[in-house]
Amino acid sequence: MSAAVSESSGAPAAQPAAPLLSAHGLGRRFEVAGGASVLPRRRGGRFLQALRDVSLELAPGETLGIVGESGCGKSTLARCLSGIDTPDEGSIRWQGQPMAAGSTPLQRARRVQMVFQDPYASLNPRMSLAQTLGEVLQVHALAATRGERADRVDELLLTVGLAPRLKHHLPHALSGGQRQRISIARALAVGPQVLIADEPVSALDASIQAQIINLLEELRERLGIAFVFISHDLNVVRHISDRIAVMYLGQVVECAATDALFDHPAHPYTRALLAAIPQTDPSRRSLVPALAGELPDPTAPPAGCSFSTRCPWVVDACRAQEPALLEQAPGHAVRCSNAAARSGGTLDSVPASQGESRVPAR
Amino acid sequence: MNAAVGSPLLEVEDLRVRFTTPTLDLTAVDGVSFRIEAGEVFGLVGESGCGKTVTCRALIRLFGGSPPSAIGGAVRFAGRDLAALDDGAWSALRGSEISMIFQDPMTSLNPTMRVGTQIAEVLQRHRGLTAREARAAAIEMLASVGVSAAERRHLDYPHAFSGGMRQRVLIAIALACRPKLLIADEPTTALDVTVQDQILKLILTLRNDTGMSVLLVTHDIGVIAQTCDRVAVMYAGNIVESGTTAEVVKRPAHPYTRALLAALPAHTRRGDKLRPIDGEPPNLAAPPAGCRFHPRCSFAVSACREVVPPAIEVEAGHRCACLRAGEIG
Amino acid sequence: MSALGANWWKRGAGNRNLQVGLAMLAVLLLAGAIGPWLVRWDPIEIDFAVALQRPGAAHPFGTDELGRDVLARVLAATFVDLKVVAVCVVLPFFIGSLIGLASGYYGGWFDLALMRLVDILLAFPHYVLVIAIVGSLGPGIANLYLAFALVVWISFARIVRAEVLVARRAEYAQAARLLGYGHARVMLRHILPNVITPAIIFMMSDVVLTILAVTSLGFLGLGIQPPTPEWGLMIAEGRTFLQDAWWISVFPGLAIVYVGITFTVLGEGLDDFLRPKG
Repeated sequence: MSAAVSESSGAPAAQPAAPLLSAHGLGRRFEVAGGASVLPRRRGGRFLQALRDVSLELAPGETLGIVGESGCGKSTLARCLSGIDTPDEGSIRWQGQPMAAGSTPLQRARRVQMVFQDPYASLNPRMSLAQTLGEVLQVHALAATRGERADRVDELLLTVGLAPRLKHHLPHALSGGQRQRISIARALAVGPQVLIADEPVSALDASIQAQIINLLEELRERLGIAFVFISHDLNVVRHISDRIAVMYLGQVVECAATDALFDHPAHPYTRALLAAIPQTDPSRRSLVPALAGELPDPTAPPAGCSFSTRCPWVVDACRAQEPALLEQAPGHAVRCSNAAARSGGTLDSVPASQGESRVPAR
Repeated sequence: MNAAVGSPLLEVEDLRVRFTTPTLDLTAVDGVSFRIEAGEVFGLVGESGCGKTVTCRALIRLFGGSPPSAIGGAVRFAGRDLAALDDGAWSALRGSEISMIFQDPMTSLNPTMRVGTQIAEVLQRHRGLTAREARAAAIEMLASVGVSAAERRHLDYPHAFSGGMRQRVLIAIALACRPKLLIADEPTTALDVTVQDQILKLILTLRNDTGMSVLLVTHDIGVIAQTCDRVAVMYAGNIVESGTTAEVVKRPAHPYTRALLAALPAHTRRGDKLRPIDGEPPNLAAPPAGCRFHPRCSFAVSACREVVPPAIEVEAGHRCACLRAGEIG
Repeated sequence: MSALGANWWKRGAGNRNLQVGLAMLAVLLLAGAIGPWLVRWDPIEIDFAVALQRPGAAHPFGTDELGRDVLARVLAATFVDLKVVAVCVVLPFFIGSLIGLASGYYGGWFDLALMRLVDILLAFPHYVLVIAIVGSLGPGIANLYLAFALVVWISFARIVRAEVLVARRAEYAQAARLLGYGHARVMLRHILPNVITPAIIFMMSDVVLTILAVTSLGFLGLGIQPPTPEWGLMIAEGRTFLQDAWWISVFPGLAIVYVGITFTVLGEGLDDFLRPKG
């Protein structure tokens, strides 16, 4: 499966078929509250750059995993891709055309849907399951009569593994896993081509997580939906994704096919992330943390490479210029200008001792 | 790192914790027994609702707003019977000999108090240090948990710290008086994986330096495998299996432990379906008869429904509460 | 009915406050509706011959200085006062809730302007403003309604707006937008039911305050005019006779207290009943 990645210039690489959903040079920033003000805020407040120059592509039927830790921008990316939020820079395209062009909100709803992280906030607490699902069918005119609508609601519930007799319950009567199933049913009701799952199983127990992941994979097989699967749990992402993008401080730092990423991680952050996952093999233990230091202040990112404050391979060139996201092998892109760092070669210096922060004093 | 054989630091025998309200009668912990040796990292692993947090709080008798109606069983710490302690004795014990850190670093620190003050407070209360001495000790403590520029940062308020840093501060507060036992209830669940890695290794390093024992409670078996010497697996208020980490993780005897390990995505090949555990955890107000896991167990037989399985030793130091423990290959 | 939530009958059955509150309200409404028919005295008819009579068999609440039966007047005033209170509470509730809803949902300039207006109006003690408006416009029921509508909506707007700011961020609201639902549907069908409960609860306590305000206005001579029986007016008229004929003021006063307790208890019960569990 070819997995072309567009360079940060925004020009899409030549592809046999147009990608279903693509992001080009996305940028999104938020003003950081400096306190309450009576008058409208002056220009020139502090900004948090949640996304910087993010470009991604999703082919039909493909599953793209997005991983990263707090502050990497993955949730903001999810909201921009789905259309809930609008980026400040760059564009989102649907089959090559700008997202908003010539389409109504209802049509856009039938392209991209989303499942959210918090099962307790994802459903309207005052609407029964039948009402929640029925409303979708009603607004999108997917059922001609009331009877048809009821049948379709039953069908949707069965599709996600729930008994139709639950449909008159309110969300508070259901468990977290059941609520996520309803969220999935709601998203599927319009027959979307892309499903964005923003940490869909993070709030669930391990045994329930596995149930939901199996459900998602099953639906993917049956319905041919393309997935964007966002998670901080690399093990889950590895299982379900065809390709994975790793994010750090608002940028994509590496993007590759799943096996390539896990077997030959090129970016030092990716390697640290993989090393930090607690293995269930007790014989492999170490007292040295995989990654030292702290995340830099997102309102004052480091000059040059955003990872330079914590990278064991850092050299002056890293701080001088922000590296571009470049392909180092077909389908495998990395944002790192230091060849030694990319290959993971031997270090001259010992990694910084744990906890030492290189963040400049406030 | 196991201490010499002798009386253990903490002995919990048949602990039972029951909550009764007008609408509800629930035994959250039903006959839990384990022991922790000096200098040992002991793990308690289980999913949400299994009773591991209630167990921690019962050990230290801190329940926040909703205390249980009954606590049964015996808890002995360094030979002392904890049930016999009065408020004053408890207050002297907490923070100086037994300390606890909680899951959410965002709410565990007093937002209106400087970080250094919160550490110094423990020292003044338990070690009788003067304000000046306590401040110097607090700065040292902060540095030893990996907070750089401690002389400056001890004056900061909690909101100036990230989640991982706050957890370090909490560890500093907990360890300021060099307790014999640190209870850590899901200390890294709310943290990113690289930060979790740092914090867990910090706890291990501090254990190596001070010889304290650690009771580490988590739902993540990977965390257990990387940090704990011995582990107990909890399900629905019972301990279903216990032993050294290597044994329990590599040769799990109880069907629940095996199912839990098998459900992990890391243990399934890409392209294969994951193997979840069918069903949901039981309602503790009306638990299943006999073995509480039997409705979800693929090895259950009719006896499992009738008899509560006793804990038996499957190998030295490795116990399992399953009627079919030996048979499951 | 599903807006009341699942199992509304069962939840209502266990709710003592709700039951007692509803029972007291029923008594109140019954007293106002059929009470005047049961008492054989006319509330407005003057008869100096029986003036200032102590409570007794013929006049259970006694008579006032014009010989009017106090019980008949208290009962007759029930619906007068309740009707006014209803309008003076329900009107601001609707106006305030809708404005708060739109303000919280859309944000931007509208919200900013609204909040500044609220800040300004809050600088004045609530009911002093009401009294000032009625005082300047003149007594009468229409001006009463106007004054309350202009002033009291703010509290409701603030309450609803605060809830909307939270609800708007909730994932279910985002999901609704993502499904292509228009602003109107999201605001009214999804957000409104989830933010209106605190406003409804406040409405209950506002009834108590409004009763006091309306009767105070009556007391000051600015509200409902004589000879229409009105509790505040009755208390005012009985002021000079407090020493010798205490029953003229005390019974209307007790009626006000009863209404206050009714709605307070009802408010507690509703609070418990309406909050979604879990």
